[in-house]
Amino acid sequence: MTDDMPAAVVEMIGVEKYRQAATFDVERSYTFNTCAATQNANPLVWDEAVAAELTGGPIALPTTLSLWMRPHYWEPGAEGEQVALQVHFDLKGIFDLPEAVMTDNTMTFYDPVRPGDRISNAQVLRSVSEPKTTKLGTGRFWVIDVEFRNQRNNLVGVETYTGFGYRRTAAA
Amino acid sequence: MSERLTLSAVAVGDTLPELAVDVTPTTVVLGALASRDWRPMHHDYKFATERNGVADIFLNTPNQAAWFERYVTDWTGPTGRLGRMTFRMKTSVFPGDRMVFTATVTSTVTDDTGCGWVDLDVALSVGDRVATTCMTRVALPTDDNDNPWQRRGDQWKP
Repeated sequence: MTDDMPAAVVEMIGVEKYRQAATFDVERSYTFNTCAATQNANPLVWDEAVAAELTGGPIALPTTLSLWMRPHYWEPGAEGEQVALQVHFDLKGIFDLPEAVMTDNTMTFYDPVRPGDRISNAQVLRSVSEPKTTKLGTGRFWVIDVEFRNQRNNLVGVETYTGFGYRRTAAA
Repeated sequence: MSERLTLSAVAVGDTLPELAVDVTPTTVVLGALASRDWRPMHHDYKFATERNGVADIFLNTPNQAAWFERYVTDWTGPTGRLGRMTFRMKTSVFPGDRMVFTATVTSTVTDDTGCGWVDLDVALSVGDRVATTCMTRVALPTDDNDNPWQRRGDQWKP
């Protein structure tokens, strides 16, 4: 951490922010959509007898974890585009970095997510790097944890994201 | 019932069957929308090329995760239960690319709860370049009577 790190960022590190509940229940249609998009024939999804035997009924694919907390693109009363991972966008704003990409992502899976569950999550900023220059431009890397729970407060997963917010250089 | 892979059938150095997929704009857009990722670089060519400065729309991270899951569980069968996946995106995957998934077993272990784990180094390559790597930890049955999906709480340590 350097002295030029904005106080607003220093105060965010290690602090849980944006605890929120999904606005819709986990539903099987998204699991089917994901399988269709990846040509995934896993019988846990397509064969109810297999799901009943192995997992006690249908589950959502583990890697769809973040899907359930992604906001609708638009909804009544919302101003502007709704975004997931708000801390990421907060950092883009604080550092005035108009572009960003995700470079690393770790997903850890706990209790299965099931149709009808209502998922909630919270975001924690873990670290922010010194200014860096890559082929994309100049900016900073940051690491954000997102913890997901179901309506019984059971942990269902944790996602750790590394993002790079940047400003394109003239030649980039 | 699909064939069930057990831990004893896996050894360090084993490789998984290769999976090749030709990426189209539909692959990218379908995957983005299935994962509720509405950001324009995954469906808007002009935004991706003129604003982001990349060659085309590109596969989003959640959809790449779903592709890795599909690849690994094709191998394990339905009794394989994912514990952890760590991705590193090196370059983007664009329409017109032929993405090829490969993987090697890096360890097999039974933890102190009796859960059997396999660690894999998985790669998504396009031509000679590795676009994304994914270290995957997946639980496999230790015998025909074991089912990793039944584990909860302190019996599940991914």
